[in-house]
Amino acid sequence: MASEKRLRIKTLAMVLAMVVCANAGDLLLKYGMAQIGAVELTAHGISQAFRLTVASTTIWLAIFFLIGFMVSYMTVLSWADYSYVMPAGAIGYAALTFLAVVFLHESVSPRRWIGVVLICVGVLLVGQTKPRTTEVPSEVAA
Amino acid sequence: MYVRVVVGLAVLILGSTGGEIAITHGMKSVGEPARLRPGAVVEFLGRAVRNGWFWTGVPLMAFSFYALLLLLSWAPISLVIPASALSYVAGTVGAKFILGEEVSTARWAGVILVCIGVALVAAG
Repeated sequence: MASEKRLRIKTLAMVLAMVVCANAGDLLLKYGMAQIGAVELTAHGISQAFRLTVASTTIWLAIFFLIGFMVSYMTVLSWADYSYVMPAGAIGYAALTFLAVVFLHESVSPRRWIGVVLICVGVLLVGQTKPRTTEVPSEVAA
Repeated sequence: MYVRVVVGLAVLILGSTGGEIAITHGMKSVGEPARLRPGAVVEFLGRAVRNGWFWTGVPLMAFSFYALLLLLSWAPISLVIPASALSYVAGTVGAKFILGEEVSTARWAGVILVCIGVALVAAG
């Protein structure tokens, strides 16, 4: 019982890390590319954008967070069900909506709020199921 | 036009789902890190990138991303992004029948709510 509780906490913490890294990475990437400006689709435009991109601290920070997302995603899938992690990760969409309202003062349509509520209820339902339903390889259980 | 968009969506959803299922299978066969400490996680990643299923999943996901780019040139984003939320359902079907995960009624209900919710949020 205690091990199941531990598994659940460990899984939810890793899903949280996934969501934070994915959202931070996407936002920083968007911010970094906005600083660079619209890229002209010519050889010169693309090479200039490439130089600006590799010199941008914001873009490197975005890449760092996106690598963090991939690492936490791979790690959590090494013990938890895909059908648990994938829907639980959708809480990021709800979090982004709240962040957009609180920090960017964006107005959100009723349709989007309904979506946020459905995601939260859905994640709560999935979160109550067992994080792992398949066998653990013997060398891992040891 | 219509057939092209439906085929593109199918490639997008099946590609991303197939890729993630392959990676999940790979990570399960690699086994979890001994501890959640940086050293153990790096050691785990070293084993993970030597796993064939990982390298089956990555190109599938890249292929699916390419399908997304093509789709966005054929169909409006307001259709493509909400429709791609169907990958939650496709992923759960794959998890049940390919990975052998137990999908209880509560989990199914949650997945369907998340799928509709993500489609609504993406539609704006």
